[in-house]
Amino acid sequence: MSRVLIAEDLYLLRDGLVHLLQAHGFTVVAAVESGPELLKGLLELRPDVSIVDVRLPPTFTDEGLQAALAARQQLPGLPVLVLSQHVEQLYARELLADGSGAIGYLLKDRVFNAEQFIDAVRRVAAGGTAMDPEVIAKLLARNARNEPLAALTPREREVLEAMAEGRSNAAISQRLYLSESAVAKHTASIFAKLGLAPSDDDNRRVLAVLAYLNSR
Amino acid sequence: MPGKGVPRCSDPEVPLAQTGDMLRRFGHIATLLAFTLVQLPIMLVTGVMLLLSFALGMVFLFPPQVGMVRRLAEFNRRLVRRQTGIDIASPYLPAPAPPVPQPDGMYRSERTLYKTPRIPAWNNRWKWLVSDPATWRDELWLLLDPPVKIALVPLFVLLPARGLRLYGLWSELLLAPTAASLLAGQVTHLRRTRNLAADSQAAEMRRIERDLHDGTQARIVAIGMTLGAVEQLVEDDPKAARALLAKARDASSETLTELRRVIRGIHPPVLAERGLADAIRALAMDSVMRVSVDVELEHRPESPVEAAVYFAVSELLSNAARHGDARTASVDISGNGPDLRVTVTDDGLGGADPAKGSGLAGIERRLAAFDGVLALNSPLGGPTTVTMLLPNVLPGHSAGGTRGMPRWKTVTVILLWGTAWCPTFPQGIVAGVFKAFGIEEKAWFLPLYLPEPWQWPVIVAMTLVGLLMHVMAIRIPATHDPDRYMEEASVLKPWCS
Repeated sequence: MSRVLIAEDLYLLRDGLVHLLQAHGFTVVAAVESGPELLKGLLELRPDVSIVDVRLPPTFTDEGLQAALAARQQLPGLPVLVLSQHVEQLYARELLADGSGAIGYLLKDRVFNAEQFIDAVRRVAAGGTAMDPEVIAKLLARNARNEPLAALTPREREVLEAMAEGRSNAAISQRLYLSESAVAKHTASIFAKLGLAPSDDDNRRVLAVLAYLNSR
Repeated sequence: MPGKGVPRCSDPEVPLAQTGDMLRRFGHIATLLAFTLVQLPIMLVTGVMLLLSFALGMVFLFPPQVGMVRRLAEFNRRLVRRQTGIDIASPYLPAPAPPVPQPDGMYRSERTLYKTPRIPAWNNRWKWLVSDPATWRDELWLLLDPPVKIALVPLFVLLPARGLRLYGLWSELLLAPTAASLLAGQVTHLRRTRNLAADSQAAEMRRIERDLHDGTQARIVAIGMTLGAVEQLVEDDPKAARALLAKARDASSETLTELRRVIRGIHPPVLAERGLADAIRALAMDSVMRVSVDVELEHRPESPVEAAVYFAVSELLSNAARHGDARTASVDISGNGPDLRVTVTDDGLGGADPAKGSGLAGIERRLAAFDGVLALNSPLGGPTTVTMLLPNVLPGHSAGGTRGMPRWKTVTVILLWGTAWCPTFPQGIVAGVFKAFGIEEKAWFLPLYLPEPWQWPVIVAMTLVGLLMHVMAIRIPATHDPDRYMEEASVLKPWCS
């Protein structure tokens, strides 16, 4: 039973998230609606995973993001899944900057697909990564002209995209209808083409890929 | 500035340079006097024209007459600027707008209707020339200038530098714009930029309305219809209902994507959340080019300014990537006093031309609301550099742009504060109290030493003079830069530095 903290200022969405998570066996330890409450909750309750809206009262700017970053500075690796109405590479970079993983950054629409959303929450709680496909698409578009990435086959690109979103080999094989060994072969080839050290650990692998894409 | 202007005897170049200066000044004076030879015949001709146009009703002679005088005056302005550095701005009111036809296609001038705009336009032009005070100041200048020059000849010969400067000041007296015409010009400019801003605002609103109407609203209607169909199907055909529900969910996702695009066009969320610097950085990250961003601002500018700069940079970057095929670009935003300067450089093909409608005109319109200007340097083959300057938009600086008072005003204010107490209190109020209560002590209360009938008037006059000095001491800095005075001064400190 994972303990969850929810920070969202819209009552309907907050309530919906509480119900959704409870239905999937999570314990909601707190549901807060402002930045200061969130920071206090994160530091005092140390939830197994938190779901945080970027824009929160009182300033309605990036209150939630700042609270999450501040809490993770004191408690490195505290799992946080950030939700927002819009995704920015800038915010993704800031969230990934400490390199300790256990981070998620998704569009709010992703909540529509309960199954995938819960999967993302579980992944983050387990120390993994959940990046929104839109962030990854922007990252890849930006790198489109770069040599090593241009050398990837279309299939390898698909695998890279799924990997950058934070999915494990098993999840990728399910999504792309490939065998797990085929996915493993593709990932090995990707790592060789990008000049990255191969790693069996899913989380570290994702962070390496994101760091690679971000460094460009 | 010690030492400046004092030639040292050991320096052989100084006398030479001085001789050069001297020769140049005499050259200037010769030009001025030669110019008189042109002035005199024109003065005669224009004088006759003026007489004919008003005394004999030959009004058609007036516009060409004014044209000649203006050309002469403009030449003199340039001459003075080059010779003495005294910058005399053009004082003329902006020309009238071309006549607008009535709904029936006729042009109206007073009570007469015309088929073509020619006569109404001529009428407007005539009225514009007659009513502009600068026209008559020019005529007066033309009449008085030759005698003034002749009167200055002795000074020109003895002290050429002083003479030239005095002549410059004389020209400025009649040829420079009056305060009223400056204000009129400013009002016209403000009205134009306000209309421009209102227009672009309205166009923006229409665009948003269209986006919401054609995109978002239509999609939500579709979702509603799908849900209605689900409601009917849910009992009889749960499988089809489920498929429709999935479709509705996808449609709502698409609607959100669409809505996000609209919101980005209104006010990008990252701009609202983080301000200009980070919004530009986010923009740079989303670009396909490699964009370096350098923002040096102490405070965040006002939100409309931030939005204008953001959209301008966004437009320029996408232009560079799309039309210029650029690989790298750099954005540099910095404050220079109260002015905001934005430079966007890219290594693209160059050859950008605002006339070709590449969005540059739109940027200029947006910037015009803040009196901003755009300079484009885009030679064929690149690189392209666009510099935008928005004057007086940064907070923490007074809007007037005046930086401190001239020294004479400061000195006057200090003197006033230092001395105003003397007439007010010992010579005025205190002396009055002493006299009113019949205290014998005269001390150094000067009015009390005067003959009896003079004592009260002098006491009252002293008090008034003192009060006037206090008022002046407060008024001088307050009127020099009212905005700054409102910001810095207080009741206990009624001045600003």
